[in-house]
Amino acid sequence: MNPKRIVLRFSPAVVDKPIIYRLARDFDLVFNILKANITPQKEGTLVMELSGERYQEGLDFLRNQGVAVQPLSEEIVRNEEKCTMCGACTVFCPTGALYMERPSMVVRFNEDDCVVCQLCTRACPVRAMEARF
Amino acid sequence: MGVQKTYAEINAKIRAGQAVVVTAEEVIAMVAEKGLERTAREVDVVTTGTFSPMCSSGVFLNFGHSNPRIKMQKVWLNGVPAYTGVAAVDAYLGATEMPEDDPLNTSHPGEFRYGGGHVIQDLVARKPVRLEAVGYGTDCYPRREIETWITLDDINEAILFNPRNAYQNYNVAVNSGPRTLYTYMGILKPRFGNANYCSAGQLSPLLKDPYFKTIGIGTRIFLGGGVGYVAWHGTQHCPAVPQDPSGKARIPAGGTLSVIGDLKQMSPRWLVGTSFLGYGATLTVGIGVPIPVLNEEILYYAALRDEDLFAPVVDYAEGYPYCVPGNLGYVSYAQLKSGKITVNGKEVPTAPLSSYPRAREIAGILKEWILQGRFYLTEPVQLLPGPGSVAGLKPLKEKSLEE
Repeated sequence: MNPKRIVLRFSPAVVDKPIIYRLARDFDLVFNILKANITPQKEGTLVMELSGERYQEGLDFLRNQGVAVQPLSEEIVRNEEKCTMCGACTVFCPTGALYMERPSMVVRFNEDDCVVCQLCTRACPVRAMEARF
Repeated sequence: MGVQKTYAEINAKIRAGQAVVVTAEEVIAMVAEKGLERTAREVDVVTTGTFSPMCSSGVFLNFGHSNPRIKMQKVWLNGVPAYTGVAAVDAYLGATEMPEDDPLNTSHPGEFRYGGGHVIQDLVARKPVRLEAVGYGTDCYPRREIETWITLDDINEAILFNPRNAYQNYNVAVNSGPRTLYTYMGILKPRFGNANYCSAGQLSPLLKDPYFKTIGIGTRIFLGGGVGYVAWHGTQHCPAVPQDPSGKARIPAGGTLSVIGDLKQMSPRWLVGTSFLGYGATLTVGIGVPIPVLNEEILYYAALRDEDLFAPVVDYAEGYPYCVPGNLGYVSYAQLKSGKITVNGKEVPTAPLSSYPRAREIAGILKEWILQGRFYLTEPVQLLPGPGSVAGLKPLKEKSLEE
């Protein structure tokens, strides 16, 4: 199979556990980490390519460990027309790609730091953050 | 005696193109530099602004009569029900109304993608809106149903009438519990994961006139991109200004405004349909209030800074939903805007729900309108009830008639 791109989100409770190596050891999967943002005791995000015969079992294992798994959309785009620059998204962005410039309180989006976790698409009250597949 | 000005004097200066108008942000530096008295002499008007979700908002509509006529008993606009228990082709569309077939929170947290606030934004954006209505038929209104498309320009009236807007001050919402909460204050991560606040702080209208010395019935304001008026005090108007426990700061509380204006001259930039995950739909409303500098005392409050203005931190896991009195302390808007506050000894990241850049833009637009002589100040017919005149809010008690 072709490698699939997925986004993993680790809650603070599981972020310290060794999990990824077991995808290779227990399920014989091939992984390639594209982006990672892991800090002990905080939420972590990881984007990887994953492939192998037992792909589905591997995903089930991750979910059983409390890791949220979702397919990687190509990119997150800010709809500039819709965005009101409130800043509600900034506290959910795990990588700081969405941040507030101080003291102006203008909300900035640095696409290079975005791991496409899509948390902002749910937190934005005016639905200005859009996932493009 | 110090500085004394009247509304008539200020309006005469506006007419002559000589009024000095500054925003509530700009006036802070002026007072710091020149002192209160000199600034009060120089400045005639301080403009404020806020751009926040305001649930108690909606629009009265008159659709005009079809032929044959219908007495509308139920009305839907883009599938969202409007209240039509008024005259035949009048209706009120509330910002938080949802379509009857919306899944709401059946799959929690619901998305609430399209509600009354979104219909209002579509109307004001002059998009065609689907109107469906049914009636029971009378001799004078024989028609039983109608389906058509309307636009804002097709209908007779569209009057934005918001029973409660522009909250003077608001809770900083945190979550002490073990699970994520989906609230009208946004998503609250467990164990004090974030603190959400909703005020423009030093730009916010009612924080700059905490004793209601200038704002009253008939005050002309910026509303939704057009001109509106203060109609009354808002519902739940509770304008106390108690001292915080340390005695350091006075905390303006829950004054509110009821506002009215012609939707036809407003803009979709300043009335934005809004969705809170797991909570509901609403409308984000832009409001700006001009504060006339009638004397130094009024300027003193209009020039308060984020450092001087405090909000209570409230726990939405237990405290808010179960009406537990008290709070987790006070933080200043300067602390909130820094990006972190300390709650129960823990550092908590903050996020606003109210757009400070847009609040600044509103204060700037209102300033320009006044400087251009397009907007004059109105002396209120009657000032709104100030601190001390409202006893406090009554809870709803559950009781039976037998007791």
